[in-house]
Amino acid sequence: MPTKLPPVDVLLVGFGWTAAILGEELAQAGLEVLALERGQFRDTVPDFAMPQIQDELRYAVRHEMFQEPARQTITFRNNHAQTALPMRRLGSFNPGTGVGGAGVHWNGQHWRFLPSDFRQRSHVEERYGADFIPEGMTIQDWGVTYEELEPHFDRFEYLCGTSGVAGNLNGEITAQGNPFEGPRSRDYPNPPLERSLGTLLFDKAAREAGFHPFPAPASNTSRPYRNPLGVQMGKCTYCGYCEWFGCANYSKSTPQTTILPVLLNRSNFSLRTNCNVTRIKLDRSGKRATGAIYVDSSGEEHEQPADLVILSAYATHNVHLLLLSGIGEVYDPKTRSGTLGRNYAYQMVSGVDVFVEENLNPFMGAGALGQAIDDFNGDNFDHGPHGFIGGAYVALWTTGGRPILQHQLPQGTPEWGSAWKQAMAENYLRSASLSVHGSVMSYNDAHLDLDPTYRDAYGDPLMRLTFDFHDNERRMSRFVTARAEEIARAMRPRSYTVNQRQGPYSIVPYQTTHNTGGAVMGDDPSTSVVNRYLQHWDVPNLFVMGACVFPQNAGYNPTGTVGALTYWAAEAIKTRYLKNPGPLVDA
Amino acid sequence: MVPALTRRPGADGHFTDAERAFVDAATARIIPTDDTGAGAREAGVTQFIESQLAGDFGDAARWYMQGPFKDGTDEQGYQLPLTPAQLYSAAIRAVDQHCRDFFGGRVFADLDAEEQDEVLRGLEAGEPELGDVDSRSFFKMLRANTVEGFLSDPMYGGNQGFVGWRLIGFPGPRYDYTRFIGRHGEPFPLPPVGILGRDGFI
Repeated sequence: MPTKLPPVDVLLVGFGWTAAILGEELAQAGLEVLALERGQFRDTVPDFAMPQIQDELRYAVRHEMFQEPARQTITFRNNHAQTALPMRRLGSFNPGTGVGGAGVHWNGQHWRFLPSDFRQRSHVEERYGADFIPEGMTIQDWGVTYEELEPHFDRFEYLCGTSGVAGNLNGEITAQGNPFEGPRSRDYPNPPLERSLGTLLFDKAAREAGFHPFPAPASNTSRPYRNPLGVQMGKCTYCGYCEWFGCANYSKSTPQTTILPVLLNRSNFSLRTNCNVTRIKLDRSGKRATGAIYVDSSGEEHEQPADLVILSAYATHNVHLLLLSGIGEVYDPKTRSGTLGRNYAYQMVSGVDVFVEENLNPFMGAGALGQAIDDFNGDNFDHGPHGFIGGAYVALWTTGGRPILQHQLPQGTPEWGSAWKQAMAENYLRSASLSVHGSVMSYNDAHLDLDPTYRDAYGDPLMRLTFDFHDNERRMSRFVTARAEEIARAMRPRSYTVNQRQGPYSIVPYQTTHNTGGAVMGDDPSTSVVNRYLQHWDVPNLFVMGACVFPQNAGYNPTGTVGALTYWAAEAIKTRYLKNPGPLVDA
Repeated sequence: MVPALTRRPGADGHFTDAERAFVDAATARIIPTDDTGAGAREAGVTQFIESQLAGDFGDAARWYMQGPFKDGTDEQGYQLPLTPAQLYSAAIRAVDQHCRDFFGGRVFADLDAEEQDEVLRGLEAGEPELGDVDSRSFFKMLRANTVEGFLSDPMYGGNQGFVGWRLIGFPGPRYDYTRFIGRHGEPFPLPPVGILGRDGFI
């Protein structure tokens, strides 16, 4: 029997970005808040200190900051005819573990999804007709609009000290920013980062090709910044160790560098680390969460009662907990009934490597130091002649030049031997990559459920992922990659290599840690797990955060949108739910 | 002045003599010593790999290693029931046996460079059959670990004297490029530095 602990007002399961935001919002409102985190406590000092943090082998190659498959992983298959097998080591995506979650090891590429992304189905039907949506594609509206989220996007950017330049200020298009973005109520809190030579070459070439390049939004601070919580950040030093690493310099926006110095000092907030939640408990009615069961580092089980339970772990982990806890009807791809696990989506990334004459010094960089075009993202262009839905940005990022994983070699270079060595010597300083970061729509055959065979370190079934790319995404990716190739040609490189995404989806090569869906939001309880305020339809004192609520995935890094949704949900909880705990939307 | 430490990282005794000879010979073909300069041998790649295999990586400490083990598709990734240390050990035994059978009783380390390249090309292509060991998986791991040993921080035993970083022009992990980020196209003026300092040795 688990030991039953004294109750709290709010229980946060997982302690990354969404939990830090909610923790601060709800503790500030006077509630007693407890966060349970499966991993360790980590902070800038001592865990991310220089120079030990700048260790490519330890962090980027051996994955020290990420979820350990030995404890928890998924099983994977491309389709229902296959038997899912465990992802024995990380590959395609890298969920975090420990305080700050993946918010510690991200790059800081901080985007807003487009207004049309939030009305995906309605928008496509209005512009192209319902017949434009292919058979099997299950896209839907989010139930929340860009206009409703705008103040929350803004709030998250000011929390993070995001560096960029507005492209659309209250409807006025500016010359320097992204002309395709949704209207923003004010400019970014900080100006863009300094430019690398690579980004300038991209900018010139993209203009020559007729596109609209701009400095990509960066949650790496371009100057010293004090955020609205009073937390001080330092100016980025372009050390080139953002993604897969912690930041030693208080320059990358993370829970640690923006919220925790305030939150951890609140007497009505507490945090327990090395505590892995295995179940959300419901009362007999099945309509009310009573708390959670967790296992601590000594293997002991505890029951933590709470009035309000919020799932704030990584997207896939939140879905896994709902599945293990038996909350909601599991999606069945045969009958298309059930909502839990439905509409899993991902992203489709491709790229063009360019080998230039210039010395680019790739090792000087920052995780979100990049130049991008958004001309071919979302519905920023007429899809009518192309017949596919979705899009991608094209960007040249100068994130760093870590030698083991961040080098490009011309097509045809052998994998080893003198020719490989020669090519490394000739190209490391003089190459860059244009990345094509594309959307993936949702489909009735892509979903999450529990695996019948494999179990995790706690003895629970692993979650099973069934997913493959569809023709719509392949055509989208080919189209936008061809635009990237136009930019690459205009850079007048010595040579370039087009890397199309070929074959079935593979769990092996790293693509993006942008897994979405499985507990999607919406206006209709028959096609969503949570309502527009991220409140569970069946269990009103349970809220679910993170990218698992995205009904399909857009062509941007998700963190900006995840942060905005979290502030949006926090506002609904504070101003409405607490006054009258119950469903915020009638089912 | 701090005296240089003479002890190198590594796990003397993890490899058998035969395993060490194989890894030394194979990595020296994967990154050869040639006109472009020092290769895996000068970098200390063998001691790097030996030390990695003796630690958490060799034990697959972070990997999911519960059964049942089944052959999957390429898209499903590594499904062998072997840890990296076990894979090296089994594969080296099998490759040396294969070499004895086809090269007049000589093991891999005793072949000449061209013969060694031929064997490595075979492993890369998934030939020959090595019994329980998947030759392609082994080659992939050996090749990746060789590159890691050549290009990781010298404190792990490879990249001694920064030979890997010097070859490509990486100046090592540095705290602050504020003064340099705007000097487009200029060569970075400072020599490589490692996590433990400038020597690159511990």
